[in-house]
Order: sequence, then structure tokens, then C-alpha cells
Amino acid sequence: MINRNQLLTLLIVFAIIGTAPFWIARESTLNTVILILYVALLGQAWNILGGYGGQFSFGHAAFFGTGAYSVAVLQLQYGINPWIGLFIGGLLAMGVALFIGFASFRYGLRGSYFALVTLAFAEVLRILSNSVSFTGGGVGILIPLSRDPANMQFANNVGYFWLIWALCLACFLTVWWLGRSRFGAWLQAVRDNEDAARALGVDVFATKMKAAALSGFFSGLAGVFYAQFYLYLDPAIAYGSAVSIESLLVPIIGGMGTLFGPLIGAAVTHLLAETTRHFVGDVPGIALAIYGLLLILVVMFLPRGLISIFGRIGGLFGSRRAADA
Amino acid sequence: MVDPVILIPSLINGLTTGALYALVALGLTLIYGVLHIINFAHGALLMLALFGVFFLNQIFGIDPYWALLIVPPAMFVIGYGLQRGIIGKASHGRDENILLVTLGLSIIIENMSLYFFRSDTRTVDTPYSFEVVEFAGAFLPLPKVIAFFGALITAGLLWAFMSRTDLGRAIRALAKERKGARLVGINVDHVFAMSFGIGIACLGVAACLLMPSYYVNPQVGYGFVLIAFTTVVLGGMGSFVGAMIGGLIIGVVEAMGGLFLGDSLGQFGIFAIFILILLFRPTGLLGHKA
Repeated sequence: MINRNQLLTLLIVFAIIGTAPFWIARESTLNTVILILYVALLGQAWNILGGYGGQFSFGHAAFFGTGAYSVAVLQLQYGINPWIGLFIGGLLAMGVALFIGFASFRYGLRGSYFALVTLAFAEVLRILSNSVSFTGGGVGILIPLSRDPANMQFANNVGYFWLIWALCLACFLTVWWLGRSRFGAWLQAVRDNEDAARALGVDVFATKMKAAALSGFFSGLAGVFYAQFYLYLDPAIAYGSAVSIESLLVPIIGGMGTLFGPLIGAAVTHLLAETTRHFVGDVPGIALAIYGLLLILVVMFLPRGLISIFGRIGGLFGSRRAADA
Repeated sequence: MVDPVILIPSLINGLTTGALYALVALGLTLIYGVLHIINFAHGALLMLALFGVFFLNQIFGIDPYWALLIVPPAMFVIGYGLQRGIIGKASHGRDENILLVTLGLSIIIENMSLYFFRSDTRTVDTPYSFEVVEFAGAFLPLPKVIAFFGALITAGLLWAFMSRTDLGRAIRALAKERKGARLVGINVDHVFAMSFGIGIACLGVAACLLMPSYYVNPQVGYGFVLIAFTTVVLGGMGSFVGAMIGGLIIGVVEAMGGLFLGDSLGQFGIFAIFILILLFRPTGLLGHKA
């Protein structure tokens, strides 16, 4: 029952968001919506592994950057259309996720150690992408301007809006499925008590690997979108810590292991950043400092995230019990 | 083949850098050993200490080495307060939660510094900044030599403190057996905060020793925090001797990596070591914790 309501809520929310281009005239306002959707996609991708699976990655930039570099390198050096690059990018990011997942889960790395090893993998990729030539090294990659939907570039940001809206919807539907499928139940069992899950016959390793694959795939798609939207990439953007941190901040602030947590987290952090910019001006650092403060406050006082404020409505939104809260 | 004329100086250079890494890692390993906290804000707090040394020098003309009397105690107070006020209250039983809170702290500290101090890179000029010492064919900047011995002396003092004083014994007791320590009347919250404070004070010492030969900007901590993690993991979480040896190894690996692979790949070796150790010796790293 709750699941059907959840799907309905999800579709209604995305339908409402989908009306944005029809009544938002200002380019900058629509850009804010695009960025919120993009960050929600990034956060939801993290949420699959971190929120539902309890595996806190501090290095999702490894997947994001792989997706972004894939689409850029494929079209620049091999002339492969970005629409095809989108899937290749997602799959390559999935491959990186499977590699890191295999290395970590095989030896039962958990908790903070998993966080640190993912962080280190992202750093290794950053250093490598800085040193090899086909990524353009530290200079970065500039994707040539050719405003044509066939090249996944659009004349105005309405096109980008529909692209990120569709990618985001696909990711949210996947997570909705996760919430009702047997695999999703196993994943949450692994998160809540790995040993008990194993004792009940759950293949813990395979479950974590599948979650890593899904999580990596969608992070890769977010990377592809970023590359096509900004048309510029360098090692610090693609594999830097900022992406890793943003992708975990958003679901944790919104509510880990919930379907709508990442969307709420993305909206709140971005609107807060916009408001701050409005009052303080475009000063570097302030918006991020507020993210940090929000993160601390949420972890200390609202371990289930902002979504738990919704209380009874939270039930409808499918707010789940956070691991130990 | 690399000529020994280049090899030996770069080896010695790596060792002096490594001693500073060790010093930064000492605080991290102390905090981990006692509180089981992986302090993500370690680098940001080091950056704060470096700015402290910088501004004491700019505003009051205080020499970085005289700042040793001011910055480490100030960092101690900051560390004590952070543990008592925020970190100690944030666990909810999951170690990831503390990691997240220290991540939040590092984001706040770094970005507020960016706001107040801007992203400029700054250095402190001292009369001795450019003096060189010759040793085994290597020409070493005097501040690096002082930092090397300063790090060794600090480690020795810390060791003496831990083994000779009542507080040191209480800290070690807590690290070993929390419940038992509480039973014999140790004020756990106070000792936890003292340990965190001392760990952060080590960063103050590191900052004073580092500043004459290094620089500061709001982002400087991030590189250090990863190196400090690697050092601590390499040496074994919670082990002082391990942190010292780990730091020296990391320094040498970085110098050798730079020599053989070029500067941009120099740090590659560090993270390769980090990943390999995390993957293949995770139980060894956890020390006494299963």
C-alpha cells in the first residue's frame, strides 16, 4: 500500500517539477531547478549504496568523474555521439564501482575504513587523470560548442532541464523499486546487521556489489550530464573531493535510506545557498560553510534527516528507520 | 639508473618531510587510539594553526618558534572544546556519524577561512628561512632540519607524558578498557577531551615547525589530512612508534615517487600504499579492536 502511494507521490512530484519550464521565465531560476535536480541525482546515486546499503562512500567522485571523462573523451577523440556516450559513461562508472567494491567488500572493509579507501581511490584517479595525456592532463577538456540536441547540447537550458529531469526520474524510479524489491530488502538487512543478514542466508557480498554497481552507474550519468552542461572538465572538477562530499551531504541532510531524502536535501541546501548569496553576496566559502553546519546539526539532532520533520507525512514519503536512530 | 648524488639528498629530504608528517599523524593516532575517532577535521585544524602562526608573525612580529608558547596551548583549548561541545555528543552509536561530524567541521573551518582570509597563499619570512645546512651531500634548509629534530623531540615528550604522568596513564587505561577505567573512577568525558586536546595541540606544534619552510592557504589542510590518514594506517592505528615510522616512510615514498615518476605522480605512491594496506591488512590496522 505504502509503496503504491509512494510511487504515486513520486510521479506527482516529478510531474509538478516538470511544469517548471512553462512558468519559470527567468533563465537563472530555471538553472537553479536544473542544479537541484542534478544534485538530487548525485545524492540519490550515493543513497543507493550509502543510505540503503549502509556503505558510506567518501569517494563517489571516482564514479562521477569516470562518467564525465568518458563522455568527453569519447566524443573528442573517437567521435562517439554523447547519447551513446551517456550509456558508455554510466557503464564505465559502474565498472569502476564494481572494481572498488570488489576490492573493499572482498576483504570485509566496513565503516570508516570503507569511507577512507573510497576517498583514496578517488584521489588516485584524480592524480592519474592529471598525469595522462588523453584526459588533457591538468589543462582539462573543453567540449566544443555545437548547440544541437543530436549532440546532447541545447540552445537554451529548457533542453538541459528535460535531460536532467528524465535522468533523475529514472534514478528515483530505480530507488522506488529498490524499496519494494527483495533485493532492496536484502540490502537494508545488510545495512542494519550484516552478520544477522548473512546468518539468514543473504549473500552479503553480492548484495553490496549490486548496490555499488547501481550507485556507480547513476553517479556516472550525473557526471555525463555535468560534462555536457558545463562543457568543461579538469581533474579537480571530475575527481575532486567536492563532488564526493556533495553527493553524501545531500541524502544525509535530507534523509538517508529514504526515497525523497535526496530531493529534499538537494532543494534545501541549494535554496539555502541561494538565499545566503542573496544576503551576503557571492562570497566564496559561505554557502559551503552552511552546508557543513547543516550536516553537523542533522547528524547530531535529526539522525533521520530533514525528512523526519515531516512526521506523519513522512510515512507517506516512505521515511524509513535510519540504522541506529 | 638514478645517480646516488641525486638519490641521497632526496632521501634525506624525504626523511625531513616525513618527520613533519609523523608529527601531524601523532595527534591523529592518539585521538584514534583513545576515542576511536577518525578525525576528518585534522587537516583543517592544522590549517587553522598555520594561520595562527602566520598572523602572530604578521601582527605582533612573533617568530614562528616563539609561537610554540602560544599556538599549541590555544589549539589544545580548541580541541578540548570541540570534543566536549560537539564531537562527544554526536555518535549515536555509529562511527560513521563522528566521521560525518568531523567532516562537517572541516568544511566549516576551511570555508570560513576562505571567507575571512581569502584563497591567497602566504608565507612567513624569517632571517633563517633561507639558511642551508649541508649533510651527506644534501643541502637542507635550516627550518627543515629544526623541524625534523623538533618532531622527534615532541614525539619523545609525548611518549614520556603518556608513560610517566597520571593523566597519561588514565588516557592509556581508557584506550585499553573503557568500562574498567570508568569503574576505577576515571572521569571519562574529561580524559576524552584531554586526549583530543593534546592530539590537536600536536598540530599546533607541527604548525610552528612547519611555517618557516612552508606556506598556508585555506586548502592546505586537505593534502595533509590524507597523508596523515595514510601515515596512521601504515603505522597501525593508535601506535605512536608506528606513526613516527609511518611518517618517515611516507616522506621517503613521496620524495622517491617524485624523483622516479615526476612531481605530479609523486603522491600516487602514497595513495597506492594507503589502498593496499587498507585492503590487505584491515585487521592489523584496527589494532586491538576486532
